[in-house]
Amino acid sequence: MTDTERTITVTVNGVPREATVPVRRLLSDALRHDLGLTGTHVGCEHGVCGACTVIVDGDPVRSCLMLAVQVDGSEVRTVEGLAREDHQGGQVLHPVQEAFRECHALQCGFCTPGFLMTIAAGLEERDNSVELTEEDVDDMVGGNLCRCTGYANIKKAVHHAAAAMRDA
Amino acid sequence: MTTKLFGEPVRRREDQRLITGKGRYLDDIGHTALAAAFVRSPHAHARITDIDVDEALDVEGLVAIYTYEDLTGPMAEPLPVLIPHPQLHAPRTGFPLANGEVNHVGEPVVMVVATDRYVAEDACDRIVVSYEELPVVVGVDAARAAEHAVHEEIPDNVAARHHQETGDVEPALAAAPRTLSFTQYIERSACMPMEGKGVHAKWDADDSSLRVYTSTQASTSVRAAIAAKLKLSLDKVEVIAPDVGGGFGVKIVHPWPEELLVPLAAINLGREVKWAEDRREHFIGSAHERQQRQEITVGYDDDGRITALDVHIWHDNGAYTPYGIIVPIVTATQLVGPYALPVYRVVVESVFTNTVIVTPYRGAGRPQGCYAMERTMDRIADDLGLDRAVVRERNLIQADQFPYDHRLTFQDGRPVIYDSGDYPGLLDKLRTLVGWSEAEHLRADAAERGKLLGVGMALYVEGTGPGPYEGGHVQVLGSGKVLVSTGLTSQGQGHETAFAQIVASELGVPIEDVEVTTGDTRRFGYAVGTFASRAAVMSGNAIALAARGVREKALRIAADVLEAAPEDLEIDAGLVQVKGVPGTSIPLRTVAVLSNPLRYAFDEAAKQATQFAKAGDDDKPPVAVGDAPGLEHRDYYSPIRSTFASGAHAAIVEIDPATWEIDVVKYAVVHDCGNVVNPMIVEGQVHGGVAQGVGGALYERMAYDADGQLQNASFMDFLMPYASEVPNIDIDHQQTPSPLNPLGIKGAGEAGVIPGTAAIASAIEDAVGRRIASMPISPTELYDLVRDPSSERTATAARREAGAMA
Repeated sequence: MTDTERTITVTVNGVPREATVPVRRLLSDALRHDLGLTGTHVGCEHGVCGACTVIVDGDPVRSCLMLAVQVDGSEVRTVEGLAREDHQGGQVLHPVQEAFRECHALQCGFCTPGFLMTIAAGLEERDNSVELTEEDVDDMVGGNLCRCTGYANIKKAVHHAAAAMRDA
Repeated sequence: MTTKLFGEPVRRREDQRLITGKGRYLDDIGHTALAAAFVRSPHAHARITDIDVDEALDVEGLVAIYTYEDLTGPMAEPLPVLIPHPQLHAPRTGFPLANGEVNHVGEPVVMVVATDRYVAEDACDRIVVSYEELPVVVGVDAARAAEHAVHEEIPDNVAARHHQETGDVEPALAAAPRTLSFTQYIERSACMPMEGKGVHAKWDADDSSLRVYTSTQASTSVRAAIAAKLKLSLDKVEVIAPDVGGGFGVKIVHPWPEELLVPLAAINLGREVKWAEDRREHFIGSAHERQQRQEITVGYDDDGRITALDVHIWHDNGAYTPYGIIVPIVTATQLVGPYALPVYRVVVESVFTNTVIVTPYRGAGRPQGCYAMERTMDRIADDLGLDRAVVRERNLIQADQFPYDHRLTFQDGRPVIYDSGDYPGLLDKLRTLVGWSEAEHLRADAAERGKLLGVGMALYVEGTGPGPYEGGHVQVLGSGKVLVSTGLTSQGQGHETAFAQIVASELGVPIEDVEVTTGDTRRFGYAVGTFASRAAVMSGNAIALAARGVREKALRIAADVLEAAPEDLEIDAGLVQVKGVPGTSIPLRTVAVLSNPLRYAFDEAAKQATQFAKAGDDDKPPVAVGDAPGLEHRDYYSPIRSTFASGAHAAIVEIDPATWEIDVVKYAVVHDCGNVVNPMIVEGQVHGGVAQGVGGALYERMAYDADGQLQNASFMDFLMPYASEVPNIDIDHQQTPSPLNPLGIKGAGEAGVIPGTAAIASAIEDAVGRRIASMPISPTELYDLVRDPSSERTATAARREAGAMA
């Protein structure tokens, strides 16, 4: 480790991980290249598109606007950790993932992990017994860019997921 | 039958990996690769006087630096003019790395390879390139004025003069009862896929072979270009398009400099090398589209029927012409839309500017053509005081006029002959869907709320599925798995699903057994690429033909086993059976095993096909003459000409006269792409296209300053629509199957974007009563327009005012 590197300990998707990273390494790059979690995508590197959104200590953040050293001691959730194990070697998709597939809310899929994490964070923190309004949905997804879908099916998927989480 | 999935909204098979983070995009590949980064020109037009790399040499982790001096042989020559055309009289292309001169900001000058991207960029920062600045040409008007030249030896800046005419336009205009002339503009936007370009190359020195992954829309042609430029045998180069994070046209251009330089470095260094384009690089180093100046003269009668149309377009092609004049040709030929024009003449002058190259962006010249034609319709209606829908209706090609020959030559070199359609049907559906007849009530309601409301419409016809060809390969394995491949690539269109639906339907197998591979030259070497709404038409039909070939062979083999005639057999749910005789069947997987006579039993299933397993006819060879082992078939689809999809859009806008904010409150689409493989996917394509259409009409522009600096080269400043900017879209469908291909389909990829600018311009003009002659338009520009006393009022606005006062 040189003087421009630090070793960080971070819990990623429930698993404690350690990495030695240059202090200037972006969190997005550390996740992708140091920890091999390439599901988090980088679309603009200036915090506007939201493709790199991950959940840090419960809040959705743009991992291209954070340095890896800033998450030392934190808990990070990425798209790879969204589905849960079903104890039979398979996976149970998160309702948001299910909804995206059901509603055709993705095309090329590049922005999708960012949307999934943003919406998962949004729906998990709200009381889904309260009906989602169009404005709620616009607020939730309004900071992420998608160039393929025109958003109609993404909005539909948010409603779909919210209903599933309410009924769960 | 359970396997007839053609036409069903089957959920996408690619989604499972993409929603769980298991997609494999370019930058997900090559974990240990060296990273390339580029020093790009900061000047729009300059001579390079010196490149000093000394300071960079000390950067720890630097591996190599390349400048033009390091390029030899074909790599030292200009990049190819991909689509030559006789009317492209002065084509120009750049070099992989600038050779003494740069012609736009962002042109690559030096490539650095280092242990990681951070280090490579450190080294780039320390390289000092000295320039002698030259006069800069920005924008179509400056290029046309030709005070300065982009390329010294082309003083008028004109790369091409594309000209088509269907009759003698001048006498026709002279004889027209009425004429009007006007000039209008449309600005630059860009594809802006969420994933930029990227290249990964791995050289196997022992095998002297190269594997390249690239985020491309044309892997087979990238392969050929790399082989030619790096002087490799084609069989030693593999090119694979992995998951691609959107394309919209920009990734059809090839070879990009990086697609040659990264493999070059990988070979030279004997290491994996990767380059992933960042967003700023994409803005200044990839491609844009759309800027045109359109000078239009139209002759028409008192009923609004067009008698002659004369169009002169000045098209900004940027610094170079690697993609030829495809965009100008598409504008010139698709401009005519769904209308019968007795005489039409078009001249497109394609001009150089010191800006990023112009190559197809979804629509590829069609939005501009539609803008020209549809705004002409609006002007005629305004002049005559007629309903804009009625003027359009009077000029439409009728449903009984197909095939309809426009006497023009399309982008594929083939005649523009519309195969099928029902344009009056589209228009009727659109009027109903948007509530066209209710417009005046809506306007009055909005006025009571203090808002200005306007409606607009635009119709288009889109040539889709141009040739020359695509191919498909279908193979049934002994496991029952059906492998399907085609050479063209996917960027989110759901090809894995749509093509699997076609094979499942044609072959009679469960879709779960079908695996589709696209864009991988290891699997399919012959292909053209994914552009011009052609994948479903071209590869869809090729794959259907291949599946039919497999079916025929399967029935022949099964007929032998079941002692029945092939015509008495059917395949359903993966079983070949005698029609109407349940129980007499053989699984398709067994047929696949039997199709390949074996000596060696490598597994249980294979035993059935070994030489002592079954008595053969001693007088016949195990593989019949003219036959081949294996249950597989390869076929190609090569159309005589393009299919022509069509559609009609309408927009209702509300404008707040306090802020001049423009709100699209309703957007209606009627769409006809012939038979539909998967309506869910088609609707998704329309949604995405409309979003880009709205972006192009209201938000997106490339803001170059006079020095050729792109002022908004970031997502902070280049405004792509978020969810809050895209209106709800009402969609209605019409299906007029294409008679030109076995599946009766037409393409759908670009449709949504084409009429957006025209329809929204029309709606805004309707709302404010001022002529909208330049798009996109921002609230500020609209404000400036309405308060400018010299801006033109529409006759409709004057009539409305007179009516209100009367």
